[in-house]
Amino acid sequence: MDVTILARWQFAITTVYHFFFVPLSIGLSLLVAIMQTVYFRSGNETYKRMTKFWGKLLLINFAIGVATGIVQEFQFGMNWAEYSRFVGDIFGAPLAIEALMAFFLESTFLGLWLFGWNKLPKGVHLACIWMVAIGTTISSFWILVANSFMHQPVGYVIRNGRAEMESFGALIANGHVWVQWPHTMMAAICTAAFFVLGISAYHLRRPLGEAGHEMFRRSFQIGAIAAFIGVIGVILAGHAQAQYMIQVQPMKMAAAEALWETEDPAPMSLFTVASTPQQRDLFVIKVPGLLSFLAYNRFEGAVPGIKDLQAEAEATYGPGNYTPSVFLAYWTFRAMVGAGFAMLGLAVVALYFVLRNRITSSPAFLWLLIPAIGLPYLANATGWIFTEMGRQPWIVYGVMLTNEGVSATVGVGYVLLSLIGFTLVYLGLIAATVFLMLKYARQVPGEEPQSSKQPSLRPAPAGD
Amino acid sequence: MDLNILWFILVAVLFIGFFVLEGFDYGVGMLLPIMGKTDTERRVIINTVGPVWDGNEVWVLTAGGAIFAAFPHWYATLFSGFYLALFLMLVALIIRAVAFEYRSKAEDPKWRAWWDRGIVFGSLIPAILWGVALGNMLRGVPIDADMHYVGTFFDLLNPYAIIGGLTSLSMFLLHGAIFLNLKTSGELSERALHLTRRIGPVTTVMVAIFIVSTYLMTDSFSRLGVNPGPVPIASLGALFAAAYFVHIGRLGWAFLMTSVNIGLSVITIFMALFPRVMVSSLDPAWSLTIYNASSSPKTLTIMSIVALIFIPIVLAYQTWTYWVFRHRISIESELTY
Repeated sequence: MDVTILARWQFAITTVYHFFFVPLSIGLSLLVAIMQTVYFRSGNETYKRMTKFWGKLLLINFAIGVATGIVQEFQFGMNWAEYSRFVGDIFGAPLAIEALMAFFLESTFLGLWLFGWNKLPKGVHLACIWMVAIGTTISSFWILVANSFMHQPVGYVIRNGRAEMESFGALIANGHVWVQWPHTMMAAICTAAFFVLGISAYHLRRPLGEAGHEMFRRSFQIGAIAAFIGVIGVILAGHAQAQYMIQVQPMKMAAAEALWETEDPAPMSLFTVASTPQQRDLFVIKVPGLLSFLAYNRFEGAVPGIKDLQAEAEATYGPGNYTPSVFLAYWTFRAMVGAGFAMLGLAVVALYFVLRNRITSSPAFLWLLIPAIGLPYLANATGWIFTEMGRQPWIVYGVMLTNEGVSATVGVGYVLLSLIGFTLVYLGLIAATVFLMLKYARQVPGEEPQSSKQPSLRPAPAGD
Repeated sequence: MDLNILWFILVAVLFIGFFVLEGFDYGVGMLLPIMGKTDTERRVIINTVGPVWDGNEVWVLTAGGAIFAAFPHWYATLFSGFYLALFLMLVALIIRAVAFEYRSKAEDPKWRAWWDRGIVFGSLIPAILWGVALGNMLRGVPIDADMHYVGTFFDLLNPYAIIGGLTSLSMFLLHGAIFLNLKTSGELSERALHLTRRIGPVTTVMVAIFIVSTYLMTDSFSRLGVNPGPVPIASLGALFAAAYFVHIGRLGWAFLMTSVNIGLSVITIFMALFPRVMVSSLDPAWSLTIYNASSSPKTLTIMSIVALIFIPIVLAYQTWTYWVFRHRISIESELTY
């Protein structure tokens, strides 16, 4: 077995798994901070209950997000040592800055928030959850600065046999960051919004006490507004990102559309069954001119096809296969976009019910929102698989091939062992996480047994 | 002083922060089943580090990131070379982090017992492996002319590195026992004092053995001469001072002394390394140094500015956190974890 393939599988599994939890942490910390702000300003106990209820789920999610993030900080050195040597001068800086600016902030203040309910003045305690929310946002920015370099390397010069930083400003100003980061942040808000909507809907379908009903009604309102803003944002940012991608990574877009030949105007495929070895379509439904429209906001303009791009790449970089997996790119792109538009529909209906003050009028819609919790997760995972698989065979686009970046001295057996090890540990952890999430998401606040396991309601006796 | 030296010092500072802070977390985690007889007692023990363990752990993530940014070759050679050891450590850290958060969120005793094992495993493995790793970095490992580690996992398990591992283990146990004495009350605190008295002498002997074997089994003797200088001596001296403070019942001072011991031990290792960051056992010329493993001056400059702004800020708010949670916890306390 090839060590590059194993290392890629390990990176894919650990990263997709890690990112399963990250968007909820980012989005939900913001929503919880908003809830607590309303409580702080109004003194309304409903918002305090909301803060505690959603805060508990945030903590369960945060713990596993942080834990699986540890691997990310070291994995480049473990499995991608040659890549680390080649780009460390550039790539290491945003990672270190992320740790210094963001990891410390979110971890320290999350501890303060969780344990500080009755130890800190109310305003300071509120500031703590905002620090967590800000920390997660800063974190996402710096990791995407690093990631964007892999997609669109800027601000560097090849010197001493490696990529050295020429301009730190160019790294931050990289256009790729500024389409990718908004898209990712909006996706995080969508994830949290649909999480809140789905769980609120679950409770609103059941008989509830007055306090519980009030709490989930207001949660539903916040969720609906956040979902609407998030979905509109994610679609607009995604559109900007797609137009940007055609400029800087045309091959990825061509693969996403299974566009074999350059076409003008280019049609958009709704459904394609293709033979990838023969590079031709077997069955296809297309909308004429739509791809050109998406690319340039008008129904004309050439969108380069896979065959031309492959020939171009061979002329530039020498013989080789420069085409990513068209099957994966095509279907992951469709899963992401499909999930996005499904969310748009649900968000519009949810907002309509909120504005009409008729949240509980349609039990069927409430029921639908429960499985819809999964939509953002599907979009997050397929979106990242598309982005990173579409970059192949490059680890740094146009500069370094993926198989050149893998650790030279780590044997197949070692990687196989760690791959199996991480996978098994992660399977066990997700079982525990889902178990706890279900347990706490179902509990109606005020109805759960009063025990001391939750954020303390009175200060611990201080005795020295 | 050039930026390469500054970054060597900054990495040492990050490791000191990590070992002093995570050191007692590891100690507390390992002592959990020995100290805590009942479920409530165990919860008290976990809650002593509850608000801070996560922030403490970030020190090592930052150290990793800083090594990547400032010394990419060090990062690449160390983590690919020590692959399986690091894998084991990552699994331990992952399980431990989740265990703290999840343990008390369900009532089933079996659930809690499993997470307790996770906390012990997740604290014990890194407590040993960090000593093994630092020992190997200093002793030298097979690194070829291209900065590639060409040994195996078992080359890392040599006598000197194992002495290093047992030393870090005993240091963290002592550090954690004193911390528990300070942070708990009543019988738990008494139990921690009793354990401190038993672990203390073992730790002192281990540190002495480690210092002697550093002279015998690495090239420190030929590099530094007969007189090791004040730092390693003071490191051992801090442990004797700690023993004195335990004896007269001033555990706060004893904790300060074990912190000093950990800090000076890290400085000792970094002094013995300087200007190398990883020693090649094949050819001294193939060792990684702060010059041949470093980033460009430009990157080092940018990172210096960022670090010199943010490290003080982090220290300020983490210090404040310890102030907020300075009180002892008892079995009557409301327990968050």
